[in-house]
Amino acid sequence: MGAAPVILDIAIRLAAVLVAFLTLPLIVGQMEHKVMAHMQGRLGPMYAGAFHGWAQLIADGVKFVQKEEIVPDAADRRVFRLAPILALLPYLLILMVIPLGPDGLVAQGLDIGLFFVLAVMGVGVVAVLMAAWSSGSKYSLLGGLRAAAQLLGYELPLVLSAASVAMAAGTLSLSGIVEAWQPWWLAWQLPALFVFFTAGLAELRRPPFDAPIADSELVFGYMTEYTGLRFAFFLLAEYVGIVVISALTTVLFLGGWKGPFLDDSLGWAWTLLKTMAVAFVIIWLRVAYPRLREDQIQRFCWLGLVPLALAQLVLTAVVKVA
Amino acid sequence: MPEDSAKSTPGKGLLQGLGVTLKTMLKPAHTEQYPDVQPKLPPRTRGVIALQEENCTSCMLCARECPDWCIYIDSHKETVEVPGAARPRQKNVLDRFAIDFSLCMYCGICIEVCPFDALYWSPEFEYAEHDIRNLLHEKDHLGQWMATVPPPPAHDPNGEPAKEQTAAEKKR
Repeated sequence: MGAAPVILDIAIRLAAVLVAFLTLPLIVGQMEHKVMAHMQGRLGPMYAGAFHGWAQLIADGVKFVQKEEIVPDAADRRVFRLAPILALLPYLLILMVIPLGPDGLVAQGLDIGLFFVLAVMGVGVVAVLMAAWSSGSKYSLLGGLRAAAQLLGYELPLVLSAASVAMAAGTLSLSGIVEAWQPWWLAWQLPALFVFFTAGLAELRRPPFDAPIADSELVFGYMTEYTGLRFAFFLLAEYVGIVVISALTTVLFLGGWKGPFLDDSLGWAWTLLKTMAVAFVIIWLRVAYPRLREDQIQRFCWLGLVPLALAQLVLTAVVKVA
Repeated sequence: MPEDSAKSTPGKGLLQGLGVTLKTMLKPAHTEQYPDVQPKLPPRTRGVIALQEENCTSCMLCARECPDWCIYIDSHKETVEVPGAARPRQKNVLDRFAIDFSLCMYCGICIEVCPFDALYWSPEFEYAEHDIRNLLHEKDHLGQWMATVPPPPAHDPNGEPAKEQTAAEKKR
């Protein structure tokens, strides 16, 4: 193979990741609009794009681009402007290593994929703290500190539950985990699935774990001072986050591309279907549950999820050795 | 923990919450798509008050009973010479009948009180204006709404016959 096909190959893979990065969050966002509306007995957007408001998020994006970008006087300008991009970037990097199907249907498979994913996801805390501290607003600061406490706390059960799967599969490669996955793991790794999904939900700062944003008490948390495109970046980051957490849950716990039939040719479809199903559950939880208080969030993490994740680790080890 | 822990297993409420939202999602939404789809209103909807001008005798009962004085009536008397009659008779002629819908509270007292059935409810509701002063509608406009008044409901077959009907049958 010459040099040109390799470059072409890389370009196609990167373009595919970019397309997924730009379309999947919009699909999830539109799904949230519609699902949430119907769960509340409404219709949701109906006008944008003529057919059931399918273009609502595109219209929103156009609106955000047109808006004036305001940086508060008290803000640390450079950090303030950098934060939304830093919030978005980790998820873009994570999308690169998530396998879509068998036989290397992944933008860049890594042997230490799981480690990479968890490490990069931790960068999100920095973005939140940057946004909070640089805004020069007490609401932003309060929201940011809540977010930092929450993200650092939930990182632990997230990593522990992921470690359980890695132990079970005996590899850190995401593709390797899917290949090693068996349907009975659903029962074996059920506590880990619960812990990972819940901690992921908290990492996304989605309801019921949205105390850092808490619009009824903190205006909009660390995003309070943002306007226009940079605010849209934060929102986009949230929805890419849903895609990433759903995809990771799918890959780690739900068997990724393994479906009831045609694993080889339809693997990508199974992955997408499962990802969207998990994203639906994330939206569903947002509609159904009220926000947890700050102390309840911490209590749930340290007294609920962490012991459960540790117990799961023991269980995994016992079954693995036995 | 709540005291009534006997009846609630842990997590039951959480599952019920999910159930409620899922059930609501699978049911059709309640939203009215109004400008695109006309609402299905009951025939006796209190939309607007229509005036049957010929029935009005300018008796002023409606204007006086109106709680917020939103009905304006002007009239004058005309003498009617009836050939063969002993004296000329007098008749009220309605010059102006206007309802200010920016004041009206749609109580319907004017319609109840009118002794000659000159006022009717119409289900028509699309008469919003950009200027509040344009909500004062004169008698010609009120008369146009008569076309939208639904026919009166059919007489209850098991009910008593109308007084007029029994009186007419007695005379026969």
